[in-house]
Amino acid sequence: MSVTEILFWGLSVLALFSAIMVVASKSPVHSILFLIVVFFAISGHYILLNAQFLAIVNIIVYAGAIMVLFLFVVMLMNLNAESEPKKNRMVQFAGLISGGCLFLVLIAAITRSTSATNMMQMGGGDQGLIKNLGMVLFKDYVIPFEISSVLFLSAMIGAVVIGKKESPPGPPRGE
Amino acid sequence: MNNVLQMVWLIPVLPLLGFLINGLCRKRLSKTMAGIIGSGTVFLSFLVSVYVFFSVKSGNTHVAHYFDFINITALKIGFDFQIDQLSSIFLLIITGVGFLIHVYSTAYMHDEEPKDFAKYFAFLNLFVFSMLLLVMGGNFVIMFMGWEGVGLCSYLLIGFWFKNTNYNIAAKKAFIMNRIGDLGFLLAVFWLISKLGTADYQEVFANVSKLSVTDITGITMLLFVGAMGKSAQIPLYTWLPDAMAGPTPVSALIHAATMVTAGIYMIARSNILYTMAPVTQGVVAIVGLSTAILAATIALKQNDIKKVLAYSTVSQLGYMFLALGVGAYTGAVFHVMTHAFFKALLFLGAGSVIHAMSGEQDIRNMGGLKKYMNITHITFLLACLAIAGMPPFSGFFSKDEILAAAYERSPLLWGVGVAGAVMTAFYMFRLYAMTFLGKFRGTHEQEHHLHESPKAITIPLIILAILSVVGGWIGIPEVFMQGGHRLEAFLAPVFAQSNALTEKHHLSHATEYMLMGISVAAALVALVFAWNKFSNPDSYRDKKVEKEETGLGKVLANKWYVDELYDTIIVKPLLALAKYFNNVFEKKGIDGFVNGVGKAVNYGGRQIRLLQSGQVGTYVLMMVLGILIFFIIQLFL
Amino acid sequence: MEGLGEAKYMEIKWYIGLAVALFCTGIVGVLTRRNSIIIFMCIELMLNAVNLLLVAFSKMHAASGVAQINPAVVSDAQIFVFFIMVVAAAEVSVGLAIIVMLYRNTHSVDVNFLNRLKN
Repeated sequence: MSVTEILFWGLSVLALFSAIMVVASKSPVHSILFLIVVFFAISGHYILLNAQFLAIVNIIVYAGAIMVLFLFVVMLMNLNAESEPKKNRMVQFAGLISGGCLFLVLIAAITRSTSATNMMQMGGGDQGLIKNLGMVLFKDYVIPFEISSVLFLSAMIGAVVIGKKESPPGPPRGE
Repeated sequence: MNNVLQMVWLIPVLPLLGFLINGLCRKRLSKTMAGIIGSGTVFLSFLVSVYVFFSVKSGNTHVAHYFDFINITALKIGFDFQIDQLSSIFLLIITGVGFLIHVYSTAYMHDEEPKDFAKYFAFLNLFVFSMLLLVMGGNFVIMFMGWEGVGLCSYLLIGFWFKNTNYNIAAKKAFIMNRIGDLGFLLAVFWLISKLGTADYQEVFANVSKLSVTDITGITMLLFVGAMGKSAQIPLYTWLPDAMAGPTPVSALIHAATMVTAGIYMIARSNILYTMAPVTQGVVAIVGLSTAILAATIALKQNDIKKVLAYSTVSQLGYMFLALGVGAYTGAVFHVMTHAFFKALLFLGAGSVIHAMSGEQDIRNMGGLKKYMNITHITFLLACLAIAGMPPFSGFFSKDEILAAAYERSPLLWGVGVAGAVMTAFYMFRLYAMTFLGKFRGTHEQEHHLHESPKAITIPLIILAILSVVGGWIGIPEVFMQGGHRLEAFLAPVFAQSNALTEKHHLSHATEYMLMGISVAAALVALVFAWNKFSNPDSYRDKKVEKEETGLGKVLANKWYVDELYDTIIVKPLLALAKYFNNVFEKKGIDGFVNGVGKAVNYGGRQIRLLQSGQVGTYVLMMVLGILIFFIIQLFL
Repeated sequence: MEGLGEAKYMEIKWYIGLAVALFCTGIVGVLTRRNSIIIFMCIELMLNAVNLLLVAFSKMHAASGVAQINPAVVSDAQIFVFFIMVVAAAEVSVGLAIIVMLYRNTHSVDVNFLNRLKN
């Protein structure tokens, strides 16, 4: 087994284990922390695939920004394992079975499919480097890039509007 | 003269124009205007017909193609008019007699509301248009259009006084009986088209030898079924007497002079088909003769002036079919023509009488009208003599020709035919004597009111009377005058194909004289007997008061109970079946099914509604299951 | 970053399997949990599984001959992933705002309180 394969399997096991723990853990805070581990594992995969730009962005955006947002919300609401609503056993079981079936079916679909090649390049290839992606992003995709800033603006306004209290004007009450 | 034949489209278009004007503007037109438009358009088309007739007489025949009515790959049916000897004769009869009856109607219908008056003329014009279409059509499909059109007009006019339920029932009866016949006609046309790929007269008659015996017999039989309905033959004749519910001029035009002869025209037109189908010819002859006799016996005992004439019409139509059945096509057309004159005259005379009697139709309440209505009386007498077959009136020539042709085929046919003629003479003069001779038997009020009809009524009567007398002289038999049968010579081209197939063996002159002598003598005896018996008021006055008819007389007075028979064997079972279907199939089956669908949807909706729990988790689960199913179908099925 | 070890190539099926497994884990989470924040996190997990697969496929193109003819196929895929992340960030901000509002109204994050769709 080469180093690449060892790293691949290690990261994969880590990612899957953490993902399962995200779903299984009782406390939302634990879920969030496991999700951060998943994101780090995926960033590791990106590095294995020589897509460093995405690896960095993944850590900054997901693990850094988004998950911190989640944590803030959870802490704001003071959620814990006890307040977790319990789901009907039957529904849980049905969800588990249908998810498993979907997994099997998708795997079956992929094993049946044929493609031009089934090999992939690990490492190597410099298209995923920041320098090259930056050239592409600001030359060919500059307009979508700018439009995405409009999307962010609208998302920001949306979040403010939704999160605003509907109470009549006056000093906001601390909670 | 060729230009005249180019103008033939004017003949049907003029009455159509009259129909449109009268029909669309009936609320604005005065009675005078409606009368002028109605009669005028028919008169103009009569003038064109006369022109066309002389053009045809000088040897021009013409098939005018206007446009393709149906044009699909295998079948092409043009909107064609065929003008030849046969159709030109019918054109003259229809427009000529039609015009006289239109003029007569202006006086007869004068008591109607202006808009009803215009409606009446609109219908009458539409009828003339349809009838012209029927005789001018260059193929069976156009003929069928006219055929249906006259049936419709007949329905509309019988039920013209639609506020009376009985009249409506009579109209419906006429329509339904006609429809039965029309179905036969239609099937025959389909059969013809499927075998020959055309309905065009000339092509059909040219290719007639390609048809097998079965085909030709079937087609002619079905065509004859159509003729039975339209021309009131057994078993579809019962509508015609009931059709007398319509205004009297309508009875004269449609139910005596023109429409009912459509069947004769159709068979005469397709004479070659019938000549090649001896079986059908036999059936036609027998049905015709039976109808002639049956209707004549019924007419002996009827007391309604129009009913007698109606049964007499059925009987005379029977004679025409007898002529067609024995191959005497000229004789049939000849009788159509003379019959149109004298029967129209009889009906118009009867209408004049009814008009004078303020709507009274029972001849037992008439009598002695000779004094009051001289012109009506004389013209009616002439018509009676004509229909009774007295020489030299027109009926004698045409009836004699038919009987002579029947004798050639079989003396038995002749014998029965003469019996019918004797009965004809008897009932006609019974009618005449009871109406015009003896003493007046109606109320004093009616007697006070009696008067001769206005000019618009008497002038058509006089013209028709002249035609009834002289109309037969265009067909004087060979015995009397060499080359006297000008009609036969004129029509020869139409029947040439048939005549070539049948050998003509002329009766010897002695035989022919004898036949004429016997039939005329027998009819004369019946005539004199009836005259004597019924002009003496006492002889039946007592009987009427004393007792109802018994024995055969009762059966005859009740028209052989044919209506009752039809009622029992056809109408009642059908009604019972309809009731059964209504109760079981309609209410339980179809309604049950429809309501069941409604209930099922309602119930299903109520149950499925529960799936919409509003819980997002369930929706997502369903979505995943949906994706799963799609993948499984895609992969494994 | 040339050559982490000698194996420069790997079969694509392992990445596909990993991505599908992560995706299905996310689905199971969505189906079985009622806490809206966990559900939201599971959705992010599924999104990441897809991103991973996209990058893996871009490297598959790099291994096949396609990249030699058209090098853009590799970078395009990664730009695509970048935009997915952009959209996801925007989505999270709005989604969390909605969850906060839900909590404010119902004092719970249970999705089963969101059954207003029924009426």
